[in-house]
Parts: sequence; structure tokens; C-alpha cells
Amino acid sequence: MVAIYKREMRSYFTTWTGYIFLAVAICLSAFIFAMSTLLNGNGTSDTSGYFSIMIYGMVFFLPILTMKSFSEEKKLKTEQLLMTAPISSWQMVLGKYLSALTMLGIYLVASLLFFIPLFDYAVVDTINGYGPNVALMIGNLFALLLVGACFIAIGIFISSLTENQFASIVLTILILLAFLLVSSFNSLIENETVRVILDWFSLYARYENFTYGVFDISALLYYISLAGVFVFLTTRVFEARRYN
Amino acid sequence: MLEVKNLVKKYSDKYAVDDISFFIKDGEIVGFLGPNGAGKTTTMNILTGYLSATSGNVLVDGVDISEKPLAVKKNIGFLPETPPLYMDMTVYEYLTFVYELKGCDFNKEKHLREVCDTVKIYEVKDRLIRNLSKGYKQRVGIASAIIGNPKFIIFDEPTVGLDPKQIIEVRNLIRTLGKSHTVILSSHILSEVQAICDRILIINEGRIIADEKTSNLASALGQAIKIKVKVSGPQKEVAGLLRGLPGVTKVQEVGVKEGDAFSFYVEASNGIDIRKPMFKALAAKGWPIMGLENTDGELEEVFVRLIDKDTKGGK
Repeated sequence: MVAIYKREMRSYFTTWTGYIFLAVAICLSAFIFAMSTLLNGNGTSDTSGYFSIMIYGMVFFLPILTMKSFSEEKKLKTEQLLMTAPISSWQMVLGKYLSALTMLGIYLVASLLFFIPLFDYAVVDTINGYGPNVALMIGNLFALLLVGACFIAIGIFISSLTENQFASIVLTILILLAFLLVSSFNSLIENETVRVILDWFSLYARYENFTYGVFDISALLYYISLAGVFVFLTTRVFEARRYN
Repeated sequence: MLEVKNLVKKYSDKYAVDDISFFIKDGEIVGFLGPNGAGKTTTMNILTGYLSATSGNVLVDGVDISEKPLAVKKNIGFLPETPPLYMDMTVYEYLTFVYELKGCDFNKEKHLREVCDTVKIYEVKDRLIRNLSKGYKQRVGIASAIIGNPKFIIFDEPTVGLDPKQIIEVRNLIRTLGKSHTVILSSHILSEVQAICDRILIINEGRIIADEKTSNLASALGQAIKIKVKVSGPQKEVAGLLRGLPGVTKVQEVGVKEGDAFSFYVEASNGIDIRKPMFKALAAKGWPIMGLENTDGELEEVFVRLIDKDTKGGK
């Protein structure tokens, strides 16, 4: 697993993927950040707007990390090396998964820079009487990491299904959007059972709590298990392929 | 040793591998021979754990690959038909990756140096794999197969797409590896398997149709050994001498004179190698042999006939 992790990390920085990801992610989120805080007209230090938009932002740049994960291995037939090496499917998938997660971590750490100007330039919150809420920001960043961890797991799963990178990225974006939009439509559904089932796929509803500053332990477990399910499904794709 | 028992691989309603069994002893170099689509690659993919069999067993030193895949895979080095190379890595980075992937526990520097020296790629170790010639890429692929010093090495069509010089190099390399490993290779070229292997398994439409030692393949297949010999001496007398050798069934004068030498086709009955007695008899007369060749083309025909017969008979 460590070998695969190291190779993936290296590959992010020897091919364009890692740089494109960081460039797109940082530019897009810097723009969203500026528009939703300092440039929103009243120079607020409230970052909840930023975080609720960012979940959609991630839909568009996280798939850059995962589009090649297994698609390229399949296309270049290097997966034969991985699948005949003395490692389990879990080790193979987790090596890839953790490397993408590390890239997300690098991006989130880099995005901390955005918050610095808030402390200097933002108008102090007149209602509550204090400046930027650091605890709230940390909680939100953690929530982004959790949601991102799910997105990455879904992206890796999809990349294991196709050898076409383009198909992989487009399909991932569409599916992630579907996951997010489920919660918007959910309230319109009359049938209780359907609503409960759809709620299971609703990434956004659980994320919202974090943007309000509520640390929700059930949401934490939800995200971890959702990511786990997709990592597991990816290992099953490879096991199933051995039988086809 | 490697034992395959009643192996079957079925894709929807087609059998890619149809109930094959064989046994490979330690130290053997065994060739899998068959036309494209015969099931060679599928069999190799099952032996290496890349695919799972529909039924049947693969036992490596008594351990079933489906039960303990990781333990078995540690003993097997594999070079697929397309070498699994990461183009964005240098040769040495790639080999280091494979070393770590296989969880090897040697002195890394020393082991990789040995591997590089064996396949003669040390001088390109810092180059990007993308920029290497096909011959070098193939050698890097072989290097990745032998990292970790596995007991069994499996090569799937190792010379496909190489130029003649590279083909000879790769064949020599495989023969060298055969001295210290058990080697299984697949090919659709009979002469290649003959040149490298001790034993040949001929596979067609997913079934093994012949399993013979290379040296007696022709005779075992019911084909007389036919040799073309060029002798410097009087044509009629030489022909007479050759006809008198034990086991010789037919001598045909080719009738071409080159200098003072004449060529003859000599056929012997099944299983008899007449080359040694022929040499001794001619030497005693003082007629030097100027040329001697096995008529490989004939064997190629035998192979095709055998497969045709099997294909028709099987239906």
C-alpha cells in the first residue's frame, strides 16, 4: 500500500494532474472566497456562505484527482502489475485513495491563506460583537475534508469502471451533483419511505449543520461510512474483474 | 513445482480454457505453444492470479492460488504481453516501486543492481521509460518480473514486436534465467519455443493437444526427422553411405553442387537421431560435413496439421 501511495503522490507531481488540480482548486476557491466574504458588499467575516458554495466547487475540481486513478492503469495495462503483485485489492485501492486524500489535504492547508485577510480587513461582526470565528472555520474545513473524502471515494470507484479518463471525470461530476441535488428535491417528495432512502444519499443536508457551526457526530460517521462503502465497492470491481 | 488440475475458464458461453491439466517440475523451461486465441494468455493470467478460474486448481508448491493468493504471488514473476510500465517514471524509480510493491526484503541497492545487470539495463537506469526503445522496455518488463527473485517466472509472448536482434537477446536472457528459475513462456512461434524450452505444451481451443520434450517433439508427433546435410565428397558414394546408416529410411540427392560439396535430404525413422552416426561414418571416410540443418519448416507444418486435425476432430 505504501508503495502505491508513494507512486501516486509522485505521479501527481511528475504529470500535470497534481498541478492542474491545485491551480484549479485554489483559483476557484479563492474567487468564491473573495466574492462571498470581503467583496460581498458589507465586508463580512462570516464564512458560512463560502463553505456552502465550496461543496459545489469541490464537485468540479476533486474529480481531477481521481479521473486517472484506475482508468489509466487499465488503459496502459499496468493494473496487471498491481493485480499480480502480492498485495490485496484493499491495499491497492487504499494506496490510491489515501494519496488523493493527501492532495485534498494539501489544498485545504493552502486555502488557509484566504482566511488571513479576514482578520485584518473584514468588518467585525456587529451583531455578535466579535471577529472571524476560528473554531467555526476549523469545523467547516474539517467538514470539507469529510465531504471531499466521500467525493474521492466515489471518483475512484467510477475510475475503476472505465478506461476513459474523460468519461471518468464527466461521470464523476454528474454523479456527485446528483448526490448533492438529492437533498434539494427531497423535501418535495411525499412518500416517507422514498424520502428516508434518498436522505441516505444526501451529502448536503449533513454538511449544512457544519456551516452553522454544529459539530454533528452522526454526520461524521455518515461520511466515513459512505467513503468506506465506495472504497469497498472499488475493491469489489477488481475482484469481480478476475471472474470475467 | 506447479500443478494445474482440470482448469476451466468460461466467458459467458465460450470456453477460453477447457479442462487442462499439467505439471511443471522445478527447473524446467516450458513453452506454451498455440495459435492466437488458443487460451495461452488466459491460462497464464490464471497462473499469475490476474484472473480467477471458473473451476479447477492451480497449485504452486502445493499451495492453491485461490486460497492463498498473496503467498503464491510472491513466488511468481510475470511479464504480461504488454509490459506493465509507468511511462512517467525512470527505470530505477520503476524498479524501486516494483521492489516495494512486492514487499521484498533484500538489500535493495544490491538486489536492484543485480537485476539491472542480469537484464543489462543499468546504463539506462536514469532514463524515463517513455523514452526507451521497445527492446529496452521489454527488458525493464523482464526486470520487474524477476525482482524479488521469484521461483517461477512467466512470460507471455516475450518477443512479440521486437526486431530480430532484440528477439535473440531476449531469448538468450530467458535461457539464462532458466538456469536459476522455473520458466514458463507462451509463444505462437514454434521455432522460438524450440530454441528456448525443454518441454512444449501445445494448446489449441483451450485444450492441450500435445505435451512433449522439445527434443523428441517431431518424432512424438509421428513425423520423421528430416535433415539437410552438405558433404564434400563423391555424390554417389556419399549417398550410398548415408543410405547404409541404421535408421535411415530415405536419402534424396538435392543435386546442387557447391564447390566439391553436394547436399542431401536424409530422413530417419521415428525417434532416431542420425546426426552422430552420420558424422562418424563420414569422418571415417574423410568426407567433411560442410553444412547440416534441421528442416524446421517441416515441423512448422506438423504444428499446423496437428492444430487443424484437432480443430476438425474436436467438432
